[in-house]
Amino acid sequence: MHIVDSAKRLVKYSWLLQVLVERDLKIRYRRSFLGYLWSVLNPLLMMIILTIVFSNMFRFDIPQYPVYLLAGQLIFGFYSEATSMAMGSILGGAALIKKVYLPKYIFPLSRVISSFTSMLLSMIALFIVIIATDVTFSITIILLPFILVQVLVFCIGMGLLLSVLVVFFRDVQYLYSIFLTAFNYLTPIFYPESLLPEWLRELLVFNPLYNYIKFFRKITVYGQWPTMTEHLICLAFTFCMLVIGLYVFKRKQNDFILYI
Amino acid sequence: MQKIIVADNVSMCFNLASERVDSLKDLLIKKIKFQSCSFDEFWALNNISFSVDKGESCALIGANGSGKSTMLKIISGILTPTKGSVEVNGSIAPLIELGAGFDYELTGRENIFLNGAILGYSKKLMLEKYDEIIDFSELRDFIDVPVKNYSSGMIARLGFSIATMVKPEILVVDEILAVGDQAFQDKCHKRLEDMMNSGTTVLLVSHSAADIKRICQKAVWIDKSNLRFVGNVDEALQLYDKPG
Repeated sequence: MHIVDSAKRLVKYSWLLQVLVERDLKIRYRRSFLGYLWSVLNPLLMMIILTIVFSNMFRFDIPQYPVYLLAGQLIFGFYSEATSMAMGSILGGAALIKKVYLPKYIFPLSRVISSFTSMLLSMIALFIVIIATDVTFSITIILLPFILVQVLVFCIGMGLLLSVLVVFFRDVQYLYSIFLTAFNYLTPIFYPESLLPEWLRELLVFNPLYNYIKFFRKITVYGQWPTMTEHLICLAFTFCMLVIGLYVFKRKQNDFILYI
Repeated sequence: MQKIIVADNVSMCFNLASERVDSLKDLLIKKIKFQSCSFDEFWALNNISFSVDKGESCALIGANGSGKSTMLKIISGILTPTKGSVEVNGSIAPLIELGAGFDYELTGRENIFLNGAILGYSKKLMLEKYDEIIDFSELRDFIDVPVKNYSSGMIARLGFSIATMVKPEILVVDEILAVGDQAFQDKCHKRLEDMMNSGTTVLLVSHSAADIKRICQKAVWIDKSNLRFVGNVDEALQLYDKPG
């Protein structure tokens, strides 16, 4: 009964979700001359700069460095944008939440989905670089939707959790931006794994983004099938994050109105 | 007569803002001092019971801060009462305060769809009613202009047009009838009357005795969180106006 009600409500408000996602995308590039092209250009230009900096100054010995870098950047960029935007979504929707009855999860959810959509556009940049360099497409790329959906679900869980935390403790937004910077450096995005000391490398497996990025690089850049363990680790992170996010959100959502 | 809204012994308790814990520092300090986090309770509503019949329109009256808007929020499902319950048998549309449902960066056209979706209407319905909404708001010339460039009167017009285009069973109006110029206000009143004639229940919060008498048959007087009077609107206004 409860599940049926929730499902009905989701159908009723699915159009709102769509409208909110469209709004985010429209506003993002409104009045810019190149518009959506920026979603492709931005990661591409960033990659060129970082490639110049890191392959000349630090001389990392990574095969296919531009694609390696871009793959990591796309996933991490999506994670950091989606979760940061979802974090402020309940506070940002305060005016509405106080006036109309709405399913509140629609605010973080729409933010994560709009980030996801623009990340899909950015994927074009990755394909351009793959074609431009001597990386060959491999059949393993059919797993691409599978890993992208996992990252999406992980971000939804994290976004739900953060949006709740920030309602009760505003400090979280400042802490989280520092956390993101640390996280960025703790994940091998622009440097090779081998650069890390032994003990730190063993801890990497506890970093969900490291696992997703590794999976993603394997299927796009190196044309390898991920092992069963790698599949299971990714799925476990996705599942746990979603359950935690949903649980906390559901328990606390009725108190939002008293704190926003 | 079928009851459309039944409030049964509704009480609402807030923790006052001074006792709110907004930051980790506050929480730590509180924990160290062994203080409870919900210290100062404020009862915004005390055992309020009343009911509204289908098709009957009802005003909530009372001084500022007496709990009228809290009552409306409980009826709309935005707040959950601390004690008691509210039963609502029908769809509710709120007349959202000056553009709270609008995104100021989007155009009037885009906002019509955004606002419609927020009110829970379907895309099909909004496409059908779209022209009617623009005509009623008289904003056809400005419909592709971002709403941030609208005047407050224009925003109110658009908001009113959207909220009243689809006939809900209950329309919640919170002190916003006094917007727009005289001509538009007359139009609003006429539309409200039309809606009521076709069976919509209007829940009105207002300080204008004229508006209240014009629209409502019943009044609920809430005074400092307590129910003072429920019944005929003229009687209620007489009692309310009497000093002391």
